[in-house]
Amino acid sequence: MPTESLSFIFLNAALSNNFVLALFLGLCPFLGVSGKLETAFPMGIATSFVILVSSILAFATNWILTTLEIEFLRLISYIVIIASAVQLVEMTMKKYSPGLFRALGIYLPLITTNCAVLGVALLQTFKSYGFLQSLFYALGAGVGFTFAILLMAGLRERLQLADLPTPARGAAISLMLGGLLSLAFMGFAGLGAH
Amino acid sequence: MSHKIDTRISWDTFLEGLWRENPVFVMMLGMCPTLAVTNSAINALSMGLATTFVLTASGFLVALGRNLIPSQVRIATFIVIIATFVTMVDYAIQAISLTLYNALGAFIQLIVVNCIILGRAEAYASKHRPMKSVVNAAGMGVGFTLALLCLGVVREILGAGSLFGINLFGANYEPWVVMVLPPGGFIVLGGWLLLFEWFKQRKEQRLLVK
Amino acid sequence: MTDQANQVPSTPTARMFMALGGMAMLSGFLVVMAYQITKPAIELNQRMAVEKMVFKVIPGATQRREFLATKDGVRPADGGEGIPIHAGYDDQGKLLGIAAKGAAQGYADLVHLLYAYDPACACIRGIEVVKMAETPGLGDKIITNADFQANFKALDVQLNEAGDALAQEIVTVKHGSKQHPWEIDAISGATITSKAVGKALNQSAQALMPLLKPHRALIEQGVTGGKAQ
Repeated sequence: MPTESLSFIFLNAALSNNFVLALFLGLCPFLGVSGKLETAFPMGIATSFVILVSSILAFATNWILTTLEIEFLRLISYIVIIASAVQLVEMTMKKYSPGLFRALGIYLPLITTNCAVLGVALLQTFKSYGFLQSLFYALGAGVGFTFAILLMAGLRERLQLADLPTPARGAAISLMLGGLLSLAFMGFAGLGAH
Repeated sequence: MSHKIDTRISWDTFLEGLWRENPVFVMMLGMCPTLAVTNSAINALSMGLATTFVLTASGFLVALGRNLIPSQVRIATFIVIIATFVTMVDYAIQAISLTLYNALGAFIQLIVVNCIILGRAEAYASKHRPMKSVVNAAGMGVGFTLALLCLGVVREILGAGSLFGINLFGANYEPWVVMVLPPGGFIVLGGWLLLFEWFKQRKEQRLLVK
Repeated sequence: MTDQANQVPSTPTARMFMALGGMAMLSGFLVVMAYQITKPAIELNQRMAVEKMVFKVIPGATQRREFLATKDGVRPADGGEGIPIHAGYDDQGKLLGIAAKGAAQGYADLVHLLYAYDPACACIRGIEVVKMAETPGLGDKIITNADFQANFKALDVQLNEAGDALAQEIVTVKHGSKQHPWEIDAISGATITSKAVGKALNQSAQALMPLLKPHRALIEQGVTGGKAQ
């Protein structure tokens, strides 16, 4: 089990190795939902919640799989867990906040294919994190994802009013913007390390 | 409502995924591996081939079972099928080359959440015959691989001064390192999209003028 | 969909279970088959990769033996608990060095090293970077920079009087200010990565060296006793 401190793991996942801007996980919603701040924030929260739940369940599943020595079923089990976690969040959101449910629309079930969710589960397994370490890793990932998507949404809202050459509008400029954000986040490297 | 699905296999079936509905440049799907593993040409090629395998194999199986799988559980079934083939590819790559496996890292297993594969299974393979689905999936896979190569080649040449590991510019070349780092991925893809969009708009303008 | 209208559903739930169950069985079969077919090749690859690294970091070694070091002693590797070490021997079975792993957080991610310990001089003779994600052109200079590599020709890892820790901690110092054999001269412009190397070596050596000293003879006999790998 690695010896990194919990605060380091959290900061690492949120900033220095931000899941979207450094690890390239979670890009589809990042580019798809970051058009407006009001949809970006709930998306970030919903994704963070799914990441947290999936991370805990994945840790438990991995423990069972290793004990029974059937690790080759890991990928299939993880993806089933994630799909179930997303179903859970969908049902909860539909019941307690239907407006949000409608606003997110198709993007809510798409959290299942969000690379970041499976990515957290896989990476915590590869790094052999313990339970608390996995928990903080998942929390950091969620916070980092939400932070990145909020930044992107804020920037893109401003961009609507900018005078861009026509070929650049839409996808091209969003990606260039992502590149600049990623460059900025590189400044966080080494954060928390002593 | 009944509408006849064209059961003939044509060139169009294959070419659809290559250009018109290119998964990366047109449909903007499968972004995560596109940016992450294109820091070198060989990584890009390997990822493209692995994804093409999973696309075609799962397309085949889904099309084969399309009349047997009840609609309520279809997404779950598709995902299990895809995850199976991804696991197989994962082991295959480990057996072929550990260096390649370490370079691609978690992204091999992340093929399972590549929107392209699930999207294709849902939109095409579940409605067409197996052979036709395989051809279409292969086209998508090739389109995806070509897109990855576009990125990988540019990033490697600019960021490392080499192509497929072969040094191009000699020892004194100071590489543009950011190109093989995350920001470079974003910027190069943005650049390609800009290029394609510009071509498209010029073509449209010329059609208008005629 | 016209296809489904032609089917006669017996019981919807039963069909769903049958479809999912059938798919699960097929999937399980395919995965297990792939696993079994590729397992020998994967294990061979991994063994060869380790061997290549060990022979690279212990020049002249042609045979190796894996051990596990624990508080209770050193024993041949058997998949149990302990710090894994690889002993490298030449053709005649003479112990040339002991390779062990170390890792510490660098700039982007963990830097994984394999280092060669020479019991005859109680020092580290060389390092190899197994895995890292440092910035190309900056952090990866730890591999290419000859001056940095020279740090590890004879890095002091002697034990203290009590034999329970290193006499002097391995520490990375600012470029150009190395004065003692247990210090590592950092690469200017790649401080974080250089420090990671120092931390990795220190952490690993502090844990391993006290365990090895009493059992040196056992390791030296490594290949003459049983078959070599």
